[in-house]
Order: sequence, then C-alpha cells, then structure tokens
Amino acid sequence: MNQAEWPLWEVFIRSKQGLDHKHVGSLHAADATMAIQNARDVYTRRMEGVSIWVVESVHVHASNPDDSAAFFDPANDKVYRHPTFYEVPDSIKHM
Amino acid sequence: METVEINLEEQFQARIDADVRIEPKDWMPDAYRKTLIRQISQHAHSELVGMLPEGNWITRAPSLKRKSILLAKVQDEAGHGLYLYSAAETLGASRDQMLADLHSGKAKYSSIFNYPTLSWADMGCVGWLVDGAAILNQVPLCRTSYGPYARAMVRVCKEESFHQRQGFEIMQTLCEGTPVQKEMAQEALNRWWWPTLMMFGPKDADSPNTAQSMNWRIKRFTNDELRQKFVDMMVPQAEFLGLTVPDPNVKWNQTKNGYDFGEVDWEEFWNVVKGNGMCNKDRLGARIKAHEEGAWVREAALAHAAKRKQREQQEKSAAA
Ligand SMILES: [Fe+2]
Ligand SMILES: [Fe+2]
Ligand SMILES: [Fe+2]
Repeated sequence: MNQAEWPLWEVFIRSKQGLDHKHVGSLHAADATMAIQNARDVYTRRMEGVSIWVVESVHVHASNPDDSAAFFDPANDKVYRHPTFYEVPDSIKHM
Repeated sequence: METVEINLEEQFQARIDADVRIEPKDWMPDAYRKTLIRQISQHAHSELVGMLPEGNWITRAPSLKRKSILLAKVQDEAGHGLYLYSAAETLGASRDQMLADLHSGKAKYSSIFNYPTLSWADMGCVGWLVDGAAILNQVPLCRTSYGPYARAMVRVCKEESFHQRQGFEIMQTLCEGTPVQKEMAQEALNRWWWPTLMMFGPKDADSPNTAQSMNWRIKRFTNDELRQKFVDMMVPQAEFLGLTVPDPNVKWNQTKNGYDFGEVDWEEFWNVVKGNGMCNKDRLGARIKAHEEGAWVREAALAHAAKRKQREQQEKSAAA
C-alpha cells in the first residue's frame, strides 16, 4: 500500500498550430513518456490539442502571491507605456 | 497576532465577494481549504465509483454503437475523477491519502451509485437522469470561487452534455420500441427517479454547511433550489417520452412557476449514506480489488522509469 506515489506533472497543450501552449491541469505518471501518453488520453480526447508539453511539477517555480503588491506595483505607475497615454490630434490619421 | 488573522479573513472574504478567484498559493482560511478538499475529493470519488454501475453493461450493450458510446462515457468519467483529484491536490491533499480514505470508507461518494443497474434501460436512466442531475450541480460550479476547481468543472461540463444526450436517446429508442421495451423504460424510471432527487443532498433545513459554502461562493445554489430546477426540467422530458414520473404529487404550480412534488424518503437516503444501500459493499469491494490488482502495474511503471533513466545516464557518460 505504501509504495512511492508517481510524481506529479503539469500539462500544457497547444490547441492549434500557431497558438501558444496553455496550462490545462496536472496528472501523475512514472516518467515523461508516460505523462505525455496519459495527457493525450485525458486532455485531448476531443481533438483539443496538436502538441503536448509536460513538466514535472517540482520544477515549476512561482512568484509569491503574498508579495504580488510589491512585486507587480512598479508596472502600475507607468501609464506612459500605453499608447492611450498620448493625445493624438483629431486631424492625424493612421497612428 | 489575532488582528492580523482577522484582517486576512476579511481581505479573503472581500475578494470572494468581488468574485475574484482564489488560487492555490493564495492565503485562505483553514476551514475553506478543508471544505474544498472534502467536497472536491468526494466529487472525484463519485466520478470514480460512478464508472462501476455503467461498466457493468459495457460487455452487454445491445450494439457495437452503444458499446462504443458507453465505453467513451465511462472513459470520460475516469477523466473527470482525475481532473478533480488534481484540483484537490493543489490544496495539499495527497492522491494516495484520498484513495485510502475512499477505500477505508472514511470518505463518501454520491449515494446514487449504490443502486444496481438491472436492465439496459438503466443505462438510459443513468445518462438522462443521473448525468442530468450532475450537470445541474456542476454548471454553477464552473463559477465556484476556487480557481482550479472551477477550471476542472468547465472541462467536465463540456464533456457531460453528451452523457445526458446519449442516455436520453437510449430512453427514446426504448419508448418508441415494443411495448415490452417501453415497459422496461418505465420500470427503470420508477427505480431511478427518487434516488436521483436525493443526489442534491439533504433539505436546506438539514444542511447546516450550506450557508457557509454559499458565503464562500463554493456553492452557488442550495440543495432545494437545484432539486426544484431538476424536477422542472425533467417532468416535461418524461412526458415527451410518454413516461410517468413515479410521484402522484407532481403537479404544475402556476404561482411558483414550477412543479410541486412529493417528499423524498430521507430515511432511505441516510441509510444509503451510512453504507447500507443495496450496492455499497459491492462498489467499494470492486474499487479496492481494482486498486490492489493494479498495484504491480504502478510499481512496475516506477521500476521501468528508473531503469530507463539509468540507461540514458549510462549512454550519456559513455558518449562523453
Ligand atoms: Fe462525470
Ligand atoms: Fe460528475
Ligand atoms: Fe457523466
């Protein structure tokens, strides 16, 4: 009963050629080959994908939501990074 | 220390009230985490055990087409179980522990799967009624406050609608068939109607956790609200099939713009929940047997993966 659990893998799927891979969920598998096969069986039964990436969950490092205020704040006060910050005279076209 | 805790709780509730999704690494009250783990794992267990009553008919489906459809449906349910277990794991629950709790009887699953599937018409009723009830439960859960759970439910709901339709089609085919076939359909409806009404859980008055779950937006409708929706949806569908719902108290009520209906046998409900239903022992027995007989496969896969890794490393160092 107490044998080791298969490692956890995060699954990313490209739904269509030209689009990026998107996280769809996770699953357990003994190794990468099996993770990809299982991902095909669980996440693409209805042609949801044309390509699969799997990454062992322990290798995913994430930003800390507790720090998100300090971490993402610097982007908040730089409105001049957006085109809408600039006023374009009405008579100017194609800008 | 105390005030910090209160502040976090207040902030958390404010996010919930603003319909902001909670994600795995966000701070959450312990009780929220526990409630979710219990609800999500119970749901996962239901998907898993739910394969058994239908698996029972795969080899006896009346045609190759029906067999393929049933196989695809049962495979979907396995997938649903997996999506849900994964969602629970993001909260810190371990897969092995969840399965161990199911097998020891500590964890519950939907009582509906403790009823037997006696005839082919039961495959119709399971899809039409049981999956129908599941859909009503699950559609609002696509907006539940915990992100991974909501996303799993979106996936599940996309797949469920075929389940209900194939069940309805089985019923319709039987109802348009010979008198004996129609009788079989009616007899199955008679057996499944009340147990499906029980799927929505105890009456609101007897469901003390509902208020908190609604407050946390884990649940979006109460048990009684969903049960009423289900009856309103199903009575006309039964009429379309030419079948009679086995409840003499079903009657259209203009004032509430819904059907009145009779009282569920709650004694039966609690009895099945406690483990004394017709198939509780069977279902759990079959589940444990499958798990134990599959142990060598899980071990072999790990051993194989380790061996392959070792071989790759050897090849790499040989080449270097
Ligand atoms: Fe399902
Ligand atoms: Fe379900
Ligand atoms: Fe289903």
